[in-house]
Amino acid sequence: MNDPEPTLQARGLECVRSDSLLFSDLNLSVRAGQVLQIEGPNGSGKTSLLRILAGLTPPSDGEVLWRGENIARRRSAFLSEVAYLGHQLGLKAELSVEENLRLSLALNGLSFSHESLAEALRTVGLTGREDTPARALSAGQRQRIALARLIMSSAKLWILDEPFTALDVGGVSLVETLLEAHLSCGGLAVLTSHQTVRIDRRLVKLPLA
Amino acid sequence: MWTFFHKLASPKHFYRISGYLISWLGVITALLLLAGLYLGLFVAPPDYQQGESYRIMFVHVPSAWMSLFIYVFMAVLSAIYLIWNIKLADVMASSSAALGASFTFLALATGSLWGKPMWGAWWVWDARLTSELILLFLYLGYIALVSAIEDQRSAARAGGVLILVGVVNIPIIHYSVEWWSTLHQGPTVTKFDKPSIHISMLLPLLLMAAAFQLYYFTVLLIRARAEVLDRERRSAWVQEAFSGTEPR
Amino acid sequence: MRQMIGPFLALLKRDLLLAFRHRGELANPLLFFLIVVTLYPLGVSPEEALLRKIAPGVIWIAALLAALYSLENMFRSDFDDGSLEQMALSPYPLSLLVLAKVLAHWLVSGLPMLLLAPLLALFLAMPTPALTVLELTLLIGTPLLSLIGSIGVALTVGLRRGGILLTLLVLPLYIPVLIFATNAVSAAAAGMAVTGQLYFLAAMLVLALTLVPLATAAALRISLS
Repeated sequence: MNDPEPTLQARGLECVRSDSLLFSDLNLSVRAGQVLQIEGPNGSGKTSLLRILAGLTPPSDGEVLWRGENIARRRSAFLSEVAYLGHQLGLKAELSVEENLRLSLALNGLSFSHESLAEALRTVGLTGREDTPARALSAGQRQRIALARLIMSSAKLWILDEPFTALDVGGVSLVETLLEAHLSCGGLAVLTSHQTVRIDRRLVKLPLA
Repeated sequence: MWTFFHKLASPKHFYRISGYLISWLGVITALLLLAGLYLGLFVAPPDYQQGESYRIMFVHVPSAWMSLFIYVFMAVLSAIYLIWNIKLADVMASSSAALGASFTFLALATGSLWGKPMWGAWWVWDARLTSELILLFLYLGYIALVSAIEDQRSAARAGGVLILVGVVNIPIIHYSVEWWSTLHQGPTVTKFDKPSIHISMLLPLLLMAAAFQLYYFTVLLIRARAEVLDRERRSAWVQEAFSGTEPR
Repeated sequence: MRQMIGPFLALLKRDLLLAFRHRGELANPLLFFLIVVTLYPLGVSPEEALLRKIAPGVIWIAALLAALYSLENMFRSDFDDGSLEQMALSPYPLSLLVLAKVLAHWLVSGLPMLLLAPLLALFLAMPTPALTVLELTLLIGTPLLSLIGSIGVALTVGLRRGGILLTLLVLPLYIPVLIFATNAVSAAAAGMAVTGQLYFLAAMLVLALTLVPLATAAALRISLS
């Protein structure tokens, strides 16, 4: 990777879904320590944009650059630095919290000790829940497992689609705290949210149509 | 040269160029078809083994050739689309599917018609007919998959993957069916072996093959043009070309 | 590149663990396999000579259908809960992860068919030398069914009612396996050579192991987009 600075850029992005044009000629840029909030009404393409930035959906035109390089070309290098939290959390209901996290991190080539797991669970408010099956937890608690996954990964770029879903007031401020910590370590984030995100850091907003 | 192809790949230019080509191709197709049918049905002598009924081969054999050619051509187009993202390649591939399926069906129907006077049965499990039947399933599978997926781009890419998987399997399927057929019918010739080809029979056969080939390209261009108009309906050049009230 | 074996084993282990937690359902494809076979003596004729003749085909057709029946599960659950998405976001090759899932699927749905084969051979009056070859064809053939089938599942996993379409897509591709497997067993019953057929099946398996994961990974990315 030629650019030592972690930056996410998009040039001329266009998205067509089911025959309708959601957006075109979209440009954005996010630097280390910044968070970008995508705003727009339902159906404006927020989730589609996030999926394009994460490399899940190819854009119908334009390109996404990470550290100056097209993500489609250096896919593996890009994916090792990005963490995506979508509407579907990617948790198996029949597996315990620990089993779910073990796989998620193994998919990124990481493993963890019992201590670091306990520490992460304490941070997200799931202390002692290592062996609870995911189906026995509430929606808000499952969201917290996904947050634990976020902090345990070593990703520089966080792409979060409605991260505050199902969370209570305590959960919302937890996400904000985690974001702050992530950004102050030189990470970047892109997120969508219906509610106001209260962080001190540089928050840039991008409205969609 | 490269700019020519690049221009051709642009939907607007394709639309214009294909418009010219269609009338020429259509005329040549008709001529070849007439020549082939005349030579095949009236001039070529009756076969010493099969009599007059062998003449159906002038339709059966070219249909079978076309059914295979079109599938392979679709695979090439799909590869071009998947690798270089040239949308026109996908338009041509999806417009070819129904044609390919039709030729396959025609090969099966004419094969059946040929079989009746020869072997007394409307269907025999001969290697070629069985392979054609499986090829028909492959075409129908492609058509079903592409129509089941709502998003057009995903449908195109999924269809492309399916066709490429199919094209790798075709030699395997063909070999397996050939092998299976020799097992169950002994080492005698396959039932639809062409009679020893004399020039008077070869010529109409090749003419018919060429006619079918050009027929395919003519109809392909017609369908592709319509498809291009549909896909690009929101773009400027389409709006301009059709904003007037005069019929095309 | 970091150790590829890590995520491969982790995913394999997870899928086997999930299958174990659903172990009540594991027997269903096997029962299906058994029942389809028993339909033939009932629907055609219980006459021994006839059964012996059609046995290889009957068993293998039932195996194809049972494989189709169990294929749907390969990616459905992961697609629905977002796990597949996370796999597509792994820096490791998706084809590697696909291989792990196909292996898990085969271990759970394909390999047990070998255990059922002796019972089926008994029902269909199959002689012993044929039974050995039947087991061999199942050993080489069932992974092929899981592999080839995975492409069809990957292409249709995003569709609401992909089941019938899956059958249409996958069955033509299964035909070569059917032809060579059944012939090997028939030949064995008649005391003839089977090496050619088995080599062909093995060659198909090797080809599938190298090419299919790439095709399935491509198909999964399309379904996820």
